[in-house]
Amino acid sequence: MDFILEMRGITKVYPNGVLANDRVDFAVRPGEIHALVGENGAGKTTLMKVLFGLERPDEGEVLLKGRSVSITSPHVAISHGIGMVHQHFMLVPSLTVAENVVLGVEPRRGLFFDWRKAVETTAELAEKYNLPVNPKARVQDIPVGMRQKVEILKALLRGAEVLVLDEPTAVLTPQETVELFDALRNLKDRGHTIIFISHKLREVKAITDRVTVLRGGKVMGTVNTSDVTEAEISRMMVGRDVMLKVEKNPVSPGQVVLQVEDLRLLSDEGKEVLKGVSFEVRQGEILGVAGVEGNGQRELVEIITGLRPANGGSVRVVGEDVTNAAPSAIRRRRVAHIPEDRMTHGVAAAASIEENLISDRFDKPAYNRGLLIDARKVKGTAAELMTQFNIRAKSAKTQVRMLSGGNIQKVVVAREFSSEPRLIIANQPTRGIDVGATEFIHRKLLQSCEEGAAVLLISADLNEVMSLSDRLVVMYDGQIVAHFPDARAVTEEELGLYMLGVKRQESGDGEKVS
Amino acid sequence: MKRDMLFEFGRTLVAIGLALLLGFIITYLVSENPGEAFSTFLLGPLSSVRRFSTFIETVIPLIFTGLAVSIVFQASQFNIGAEGQFFFGAVAATFVGVALDLPPVIHVLVALLAAAVAGGFAGYIPGILKARWDASELVSSLMLNYVFLRLGLYIINYHLRDPNAGAMVSYPLKETAWLPQFLPPTRLHWGLALAVLAIIFCYYFLYRTRWGYALRMTGLNLSFSGYSGINTASVIVYSQIVGGAIAGLGGASELLGIYRRFQWQMLPGYGFDGIIIAILARNNPLLVPVAALFLGYLRTGADIMARMTDVTSEMVAVIQAIMILLVTAQAFLAGVRHRMVVRGAKAHAKLD
Repeated sequence: MDFILEMRGITKVYPNGVLANDRVDFAVRPGEIHALVGENGAGKTTLMKVLFGLERPDEGEVLLKGRSVSITSPHVAISHGIGMVHQHFMLVPSLTVAENVVLGVEPRRGLFFDWRKAVETTAELAEKYNLPVNPKARVQDIPVGMRQKVEILKALLRGAEVLVLDEPTAVLTPQETVELFDALRNLKDRGHTIIFISHKLREVKAITDRVTVLRGGKVMGTVNTSDVTEAEISRMMVGRDVMLKVEKNPVSPGQVVLQVEDLRLLSDEGKEVLKGVSFEVRQGEILGVAGVEGNGQRELVEIITGLRPANGGSVRVVGEDVTNAAPSAIRRRRVAHIPEDRMTHGVAAAASIEENLISDRFDKPAYNRGLLIDARKVKGTAAELMTQFNIRAKSAKTQVRMLSGGNIQKVVVAREFSSEPRLIIANQPTRGIDVGATEFIHRKLLQSCEEGAAVLLISADLNEVMSLSDRLVVMYDGQIVAHFPDARAVTEEELGLYMLGVKRQESGDGEKVS
Repeated sequence: MKRDMLFEFGRTLVAIGLALLLGFIITYLVSENPGEAFSTFLLGPLSSVRRFSTFIETVIPLIFTGLAVSIVFQASQFNIGAEGQFFFGAVAATFVGVALDLPPVIHVLVALLAAAVAGGFAGYIPGILKARWDASELVSSLMLNYVFLRLGLYIINYHLRDPNAGAMVSYPLKETAWLPQFLPPTRLHWGLALAVLAIIFCYYFLYRTRWGYALRMTGLNLSFSGYSGINTASVIVYSQIVGGAIAGLGGASELLGIYRRFQWQMLPGYGFDGIIIAILARNNPLLVPVAALFLGYLRTGADIMARMTDVTSEMVAVIQAIMILLVTAQAFLAGVRHRMVVRGAKAHAKLD
């Protein structure tokens, strides 16, 4: 048996006409850790969805241990010994770890759920695979790294021989990543096969045996990890050399543009989501906010941009109080916002590029002639922005949903950056987009900064915050736990300790974070 | 884009074809002479000038309610209230037509204005309830139909009722308030021109003004609109007001154009037809007249069939139901569409 799993000639077209997989051949040997890499939109996730029965391919076949199988649903996939750990965990937060692990295959005693047995099973499994979890803890109370272990245990309990991990390190701190890798090596030693989806090449280098590279829905090749360098893999992914370092000139910050003071927020359940956050951002500088997702960053941004009211504290833009003001009032003060989730807040997917580009200015006198919108002006603006921001589409009338993730993000960025902002709130500005678009957006961000904008940059990508920011703060559990006046003088490891809540700077006077 | 529209058009045709086929099968099962019954149904409206004009008359109110519902649907709000708005608009027009003494033209315009205000007010209520208190407009607009029916009947029966008429009807409208009929002996009236104006207005409003833009964006993605600085609560309210005003105008046009007294004691049903039309027209004002013509044709044909043959006009309700079912079923013919998409994507890939 050469391959435990083979996918042959897989073609998948999405309803919007995107050719996500184009005759993809992909084969995995038993007991290896096989990396599936590629830029976002290259087709990695689609290929795995086909494998797991979440998408039906338009062409091609899947062979398991040499036999052709038809995987019509995740249920079938699981029965064939395929397990998947999704990027977004599929756990029930209000249930305990043990209950989540046995969900769907619950041990019973008579008519009843055997809770004690569930806890026992979970504990045994955790011990066996060296994935320590607390079976009795509720999922909502445990950190992200442990939730991921719960997901892996869930798959193993269902007899997964082939385990697919979709960007497992995206939500982890450096320390948690090390732990995960130990666990994966252990699984490999026990004969499990692992498919590791990632675009962090250092991790691919560190843990995998072989690499398959996808680009634009096609396989670029499969190689032994030890035979190639990171740069070589990256070239296969992108098709050219990538500048991974950002060129940045030193700044001399001007006046305070954004001043956040003692911001507090209670969740609907009465939990403190923000526990008195204070900081300021000055003209011409980028303040980076590092932190594992879910530590209050999203809420912080939503309050600053007027999408959510705060329970206490204040937000000032150039001295004016805009706490709990409407988004339109905040935008009038020249605040631009690149939202975290572009499909929810950033665009109306079914509207045209043109329509999406004017959503913040369509009611301005410049865009109207009498009662009607000035169609010529809109057309002109759209054409200009599409060129300037390199938005690739057939025409300005193309629906945004037809574009790739990178181009959609460029539509958002084009609109926000062209509003002559004094302050830019960039929340995960390059999440899920290709390297080319990422580079482009980084350049634009730095350019706006040089032109005098203040930038608040929130990112889960440490590389991004560290290379772009002038100053850095770390958010943990609704608070700012560390402030680094020079973003260049910090190491990832050190940041990781703060992100995990292991370390914190005692601010006392609050001066450190301003 | 083009491919999508073409596909949708084809899909609608197939749905209509299947529905008609089913209608024929039913006719075949129940009728002594199915061939004649069905051809009366299909060709009846074209068989005489009078019938043809009846068909066009039927279409006029359908255009108004179709537009009213489309506008509100474009904001992703439900609108089941066009029925009550239409009715209440007609009541308001009756009030002006009966109680006021005004010079010709002006009288009609005031009556139309009153109807638009009344309809708009009826729309304002579900709008503000939704915007302010997050009350489901689906429920409130439905319930308000009965409120406006009873309120309207109270006004008609207790304040405008003609005791000498021998039926529950209002005093006759003053002649100055009539929408003139322009092609006697048919009853075709200037409401038709009003309907055309309404179509043009709705199109420009939705696709060329900033308010229409805000309305459509709110409908496409509420979060995006709020994030962009659009006051979505006010959009929700004015979409309902504009929709209500147009439905109210429709009520006035029907009343002032066709009737000489107010004589409805029940909801006439045009508001619910408006929903069907909006769905068939994909909420596009320019397609509303097409859908209204189609539905009006079916209705007229069914009426003629019921009078001339042994098949009742209810059969058209069955045809209508099947059609809506197939048109709204997203998965209907999805396979065909997907094959088209796959072929397109592959052709595109070869070009690169």
